[in-house]
This record gives sequence, C-alpha cells and structure tokens, in this order.
Amino acid sequence: MNRVLPVLTVLTGIVVIWYAAAVWMNAAWVFDQAQRAGQEVTWAEVIPQTMDQPRPLLPPPHQVGAELWKGLFGQAVTSKRSLVYHGIVTLKGTMMGFGLGIVVGVLLAMAIVRFRVMDLSVMPWAIISQTVPIVALAPMIITVSSQLGLSGRDVPKAVIAAYLSFFPVLVSMVKGLRSPDQMQLDLLKTYGAGEAATFLKLRLPASMPYFFASLKVAVAASLVGTIVGELPTGAIEGLGARMLIGSQFGEPLIMWAALFAAAILAGLLILTVGLVERVARRRMGVPA
Amino acid sequence: MTALWIAIGIWLAAWALNVWLSASPISQTRLGKLLVPLVFGATVLVLWEGLVRGLGIAPVILPAPSAIAAKIAVSLPILWQDFAQTILKGAIPGFLIGAGAAFLVAIAIDRSPFLQRGLLPIGNFVAALPIVGLAPILVMWFGFDWQSKAAVVVVMVFFPMLVNIVAGLQASERMQRDLMATWGASYVQTLIKLRLPAAMPFVFNGLKIASTLALIGAIVAEFFGSPVYGMGFRISTEVGRLGLDMVWAEIAVAALAGSALYGLVALIERWVTFWHPSQRH
Repeated sequence: MNRVLPVLTVLTGIVVIWYAAAVWMNAAWVFDQAQRAGQEVTWAEVIPQTMDQPRPLLPPPHQVGAELWKGLFGQAVTSKRSLVYHGIVTLKGTMMGFGLGIVVGVLLAMAIVRFRVMDLSVMPWAIISQTVPIVALAPMIITVSSQLGLSGRDVPKAVIAAYLSFFPVLVSMVKGLRSPDQMQLDLLKTYGAGEAATFLKLRLPASMPYFFASLKVAVAASLVGTIVGELPTGAIEGLGARMLIGSQFGEPLIMWAALFAAAILAGLLILTVGLVERVARRRMGVPA
Repeated sequence: MTALWIAIGIWLAAWALNVWLSASPISQTRLGKLLVPLVFGATVLVLWEGLVRGLGIAPVILPAPSAIAAKIAVSLPILWQDFAQTILKGAIPGFLIGAGAAFLVAIAIDRSPFLQRGLLPIGNFVAALPIVGLAPILVMWFGFDWQSKAAVVVVMVFFPMLVNIVAGLQASERMQRDLMATWGASYVQTLIKLRLPAAMPFVFNGLKIASTLALIGAIVAEFFGSPVYGMGFRISTEVGRLGLDMVWAEIAVAALAGSALYGLVALIERWVTFWHPSQRH
C-alpha cells in the first residue's frame, strides 16, 4: 500500500508534463493558422486551441482517453474500428507465439541440461540468435510464408513472437532444471530413481519458480513480436496494423489510441501470468 | 538430391565430432568451448546449402548461403551505407543518449526513496510495453532522417536502463554502507566509491538488453519512413521486390552488428566488474 501514493504522484507528474508538452508542441500550429489569417493571438487564446485539434502533433491525455474510450466501448466489438476487435487479433497472435515459444524453450532447455553436446553447441547460438534484430526478419517471414501457401498472417506473426519469447524461457529453464543441488540428486540416487523419475520428481518441480518468472518476460516479448509482425507489409488487422494505418493516413489519434490499447493488453497479460503463477505456487505448496 | 545427402552426411559426421569433443577433456579448455559451437554453426550452413540445392528450393523462398555470400561480396558499398545510416547514426547515438539519460535520472532520484517507489513500478511496466509502437509518432516528430531513429532508440533503451540502474544503486549491502558511514564518507564519496561500482553488474545487464533493443528500434523506425538508404528501408523494399538474397545480406550485417555491440558491452563488463563472482572463472 505504501507504493500507491508515490506511483500516483509520479503519474500525476507525467500527466502534467504531458499537458505542458502538448501545449508547447501544438501551439506552433495555432500560431501558424493565426498568422495566415493575419491575426494576433495571445497565449490565453492559444492554450484552449491546443487541446482539441483534429490532428495534433501531441494529443493531450484527455483526447487520447476519449479516442481510446471510443475505440474500446464506442462501437460493436466486431466492428473494424473497434480496438477490442484489433486487440483480440493481436492477442491471438501473441498467445500462439507465446505457446510456441514456451514449447521450444522448454524442450531446448531439457535437451541442453541432459546432453552436454547440446549445451556446448546450441547455447552460444541461442544467445547470438537474440542479438539478431528479429524485426529485420519480419517482412521476410511474412512474404516467405505466403509463398509457401500460408495465406493467413497468424503463422508468421506467431513465428516472430515465438522467436522473441523462447529465449527467456530457455535461459530460466536451464537455470531451473540445474537448480537441484548435489545432495538432492544423491538422495534420489539412493532411492534408486532412474533418469526419468529424477527429472519428473526433482528437476521439473524445482524449475517451476524459474519457469514462472520467465513467463512474464516472455509474454511481454511475445506481444512486442506480434505487434512488430503486424507492422510491415500492409496488415489490416491487429493493434500494430492500427498504428501503421494511423501513421500512413496522418491520424495521430488512431496511433495513440492503438498504442495505449497495446499497453492495456500488455498489462492484462502480465497480470494474468502473475495470477496463474500464484495459483500454481499455492497448489505446489509454496507459501505465496 | 546428392547435394542434400552429402550435406546430411557432413552434418552427422560433424555432430559425431561434437559429441566426441564435448565428452573429451578438450571441451574443458577455452579452445574447445569455442570450437564446438563453431563446428555446429558451420554444419548448419552446410545443411542449409544442401537443403536448398538438393530440394531445389526457389531463391525467392530461401537463398543458399553461398548466394548470400556472393551478394554480400558485390554489394559492400550499399551495405556499408545502410550500416552507417542505421547503426552508426541511428542505433549507437540513441543507445548512448538513452543510457546516459537513464543514468542521470537514476542519480537524480537516488536521494528520494519516494520518487523511486513511484518510478520503479511504472518503469518496470513501461519496460514491458511494446514501445516500438512509438516509432511512427517519433518519425512524425523528428522527420525521416536518422534523428527520428535515434529518438526511437532513446525511448526504447531508457526504461530498461532506468530500472536496472535504480535496482543496482540499491545493491550495496547495509554493512558496507555502514562501514562507509563510520569512515565519515559523504554522500558523493559513498556513491562514487561504493554504490556505483556495486551497481555495475546491474548496469551492464541493462546495457546488454539495451544493445539488442537499440538495433530493433533503429530498424523498425525505418519501416515508417526513411531516406532511400538504411537497413530497415533496404529490407522492406527488397522484400517487396523478392530480392531475398539482399535481405539476408542485410540480416547478416544486422546479426554481426548486434553480436559485435553485445560482445563489446560484455568485454567492457569483464573489464569493469572483474571483481564480480560471475566474472571469476
């Protein structure tokens, strides 16, 4: 609870700075208009005019809020102008990529922990793979998958999202599967446990805290990947596509609303993962 | 088909070599730790080449590594121009400004636990957001040239860095700070001699994350408008013309630049935080 007040203070500060910046940046347009009309304007007249321009350089918070509200609740969910509709498209891509990333990350981690040769050969490349800016691959993955006969955009988006999200899972799972110490491993050996039993009854449960910690990072990375996958080559659905449309048609309000919708989606995803984590921890008997 | 079988044969042989290498004492040495991944990487290239040739995959789907290498060799001036525009002018200045700004803000709020408690959750949240989405807005503000790319990178780098530096400044232990106090060290002295060095592992952790974010930001921002050169511009236009060998050439450059930047940060880290347990092998 002692965090609520500071957070609110900082948020208020951000809003104040935002308004000031909006006045400052949008004023140029007002002065420009006035000069063309041959009028003199005072600051008292300028400030209200910076607050509701149709195409502001920096829309003030209430304008973004209104646009966001309109996008979220102002129309039917199935409408192409509804941010809920685009959000669901993005969410679908995110979840597919997230799932794929988890599977790839966990399987690779299992192989790496079990086989030393995998550890030595694959692990360095897994690290290098993340220094490759995946977005560079995004347009290409989309073209190639369409040439392979996959007409939808779901698969390429999921591939990009999985590429970004498998890595945190991989790193944490490798750490987690190796976290049981020698004493515990020895104990299982005295029980005559085989490799499979050691894995299922010791290594896997021991890795769970690491696993859940990585999921929060992975889900955020997956969302970034999905949005980036929607950006290039003229997608029409999804929050990334809304940003692109806003950019191409010079409608800053659409861009800002899509951006905040993406932020809300990210927040919801992280909260959900946190909730799943808490439930899982309780069921495993870890004091929350 | 023979090309494919030869490639698969080489792959199996190299894998066997790797299995033998990693079981032998050589793999404990530095050379072995370098050799095994190199062999693995090389065989992936061989297998790729064999797949493309053996199955006759069209170059518009996947060009062979040899074709990509040939393309790189003939288009070095273009690649350099794109590299200079995107990495040297966009990513690196943005990276430095963003990291520097985060550092200054972290120091500025260091004396106010109130502001820290307010900023940390927000910073953590913003660091998880798809900041890339700001790219079109910043391109609108700063124009098509490298300034807008650097601005995108600044915003993307800032929050992960801020969170890491603030966490790092709290990393020194109570005992250590008490010791500084008993020596009569001032705030600035404690900061410079104890808390900043103690924060360095966190700072470099942030810098490593930021180094990959910087490249992503600089390239994505070019999708929203750029001069007629730059890596993001080249990739999106060449994809449109199905010139995939050029796209892969750019990706190779991007991968090289990303790894080099990451490697440079890791190298400086080893030099600065030589005392940290993770650096003492």
